Amino acid sequence: MATYLEINKKQVNEEKWEEPFYLNMGPQHPSTHGVLRLFLELEGETIVNCTPIIGYLHRGVEKLGENLNYNQAIVLSDRLDYIASAANNTAFALAFEKLMGLEVPRRAKLLRTIVCEMARICNHLLWLATHALDIGAMTVFLYCFRDREWLLNIYEKICGARLTHTYVRVGGVRQDFTQEIIDELYKFTEEFPPRIYDYETLIDVNRIWLKRTKGIAVVPPEDAINLGLTGPCLRGSGIAYDVRKFRPYDAYGEVDFVVPTGKNGDTYDRYRVRMEELRQANSIIRQCLDKLPETEGEPVVAEDAPDLLMPERIKKPEPKPVPKKGVIFRGADVPVVPPGEAFAAIESPKGELSVYVVSDGSSKPWRLRVRTPSFVHISAIPYMTKNHMIADLIAIIGTLDIVLGDSDR
Amino acid sequence: MEELLNELKEKFSSVIIEVQEKDYPTLICKRTGFLDLIKHLKEEKGFKYLIDLCGVDYLNYPKKNFEERFEVVYHLYNLDSKVLLRLKVRIPEEDCWHHSVTPLWRTADWFERECYDMFGIKFKGHPNLRRVLMPDDWEGHPLRKDYPVYLEEEQEWDTYKKFIQKYKG
Repeated sequence: MATYLEINKKQVNEEKWEEPFYLNMGPQHPSTHGVLRLFLELEGETIVNCTPIIGYLHRGVEKLGENLNYNQAIVLSDRLDYIASAANNTAFALAFEKLMGLEVPRRAKLLRTIVCEMARICNHLLWLATHALDIGAMTVFLYCFRDREWLLNIYEKICGARLTHTYVRVGGVRQDFTQEIIDELYKFTEEFPPRIYDYETLIDVNRIWLKRTKGIAVVPPEDAINLGLTGPCLRGSGIAYDVRKFRPYDAYGEVDFVVPTGKNGDTYDRYRVRMEELRQANSIIRQCLDKLPETEGEPVVAEDAPDLLMPERIKKPEPKPVPKKGVIFRGADVPVVPPGEAFAAIESPKGELSVYVVSDGSSKPWRLRVRTPSFVHISAIPYMTKNHMIADLIAIIGTLDIVLGDSDR
Repeated sequence: MEELLNELKEKFSSVIIEVQEKDYPTLICKRTGFLDLIKHLKEEKGFKYLIDLCGVDYLNYPKKNFEERFEVVYHLYNLDSKVLLRLKVRIPEEDCWHHSVTPLWRTADWFERECYDMFGIKFKGHPNLRRVLMPDDWEGHPLRKDYPVYLEEEQEWDTYKKFIQKYKG
């Protein structure tokens, strides 16, 4: 089979343009949201065939994870989907906790749920901003970034980082919320819902928006399952599959929320689903905040969690001896991690993120497998773009909400 | 759940080697007849959603109780009864191939390509088995346990070496 480069070369050398017309889109293209390359076979402006080529951002997270210990592997997860890193941390932490048989304190569960939903809001706001910008609505971009900035500032107060937090740890979270953060979050949840309404008034009935999104990339429910779509892309097709409801983790079992679904499975429905999810996420944060006082004073890390040995603030002139308990070494005398395997999945903002980890009893995972939603969603692009225009391709990439760090790993 | 496992054990007694109760019920299957089992699960039992497909390399695994080197692990999900099932197929190193499930699930297409890319397990019946994450001319399969984390200078990717030579003069 001729490589894409050869085909391109052949086309340049030939005097007459032959049908079909081949076009390389990316890897450096502003609308591909990263380094995604699409090899298009065109007929006029209609896409006959589309081959996504990924791997430009491959960092070997799975291989690296096998050579780091469990707590260090969580740091890698930040770099997968760097827009919603709290969700990735949670997926890794859940898998490792299942493996080690740790029970997370309730307060830590609530805090995790809050940061996960904050990540969802961050992600959906960024998605809305860039998706709208791709389609041609500039104003939404500015408004969305204003609110995202607010959340990032709250993240900064929580753990010091804005994008790659590593706030969620094996056995709990890094540290407790201060009262200032809780007040700030209350203020946010008060003011955010009217702003969602603002965005909707900007684009919901906009004629251009409707023309660019209605009836574009329709995925029937059976095909959506077959393609492995998850998250808002699947729910837009009318299937109410949500890991938070089907296999509840953290504190999702004790909060009330609705799983919004679409009807037609087109780009517009997926947009509506995400807008509704913003409201639900806001209400979940609110419910968790209301529950926080019940768990006042509880620890935020499980007692028997393996320690990362963070430097403690030294009060006495003599440094304390390093606590031995729970520390994992290769061939350690304290077997913290039993050999075995564990599978944990979460509903990340983009779809189902699942981690499968195999352990051999040492401090490092034997195999660390991450199933990322973007990888699967990119593999669905050929199906979705068939017989669409090039301009629609931009809308389709936007509606799938892909991040190349997530797909290439 | 119990019923399903018993029924499967009865019907596919020649395919299923062992049923393990782990965090999720795990079926360890033989390669021959695996396609029938998974087709039955998908079409009759409602396991319509393939969550994940991945390979695992068990080279020099300390507590190994089987001969083969690789395992291909499937995670299937039934959206109606909310049951998650894990299937494992063991694959020997010398005879490194497995049946493709791409005709059943489109989503398996890239998973299998990745599995081939990372472990070198060939999937028979796959329409387009090429590397997906690594470059097409990459040598070796990175996630195998005997593949080093850091490559020596002479082991580096050919295209990169050529590139360096070209610009260093």
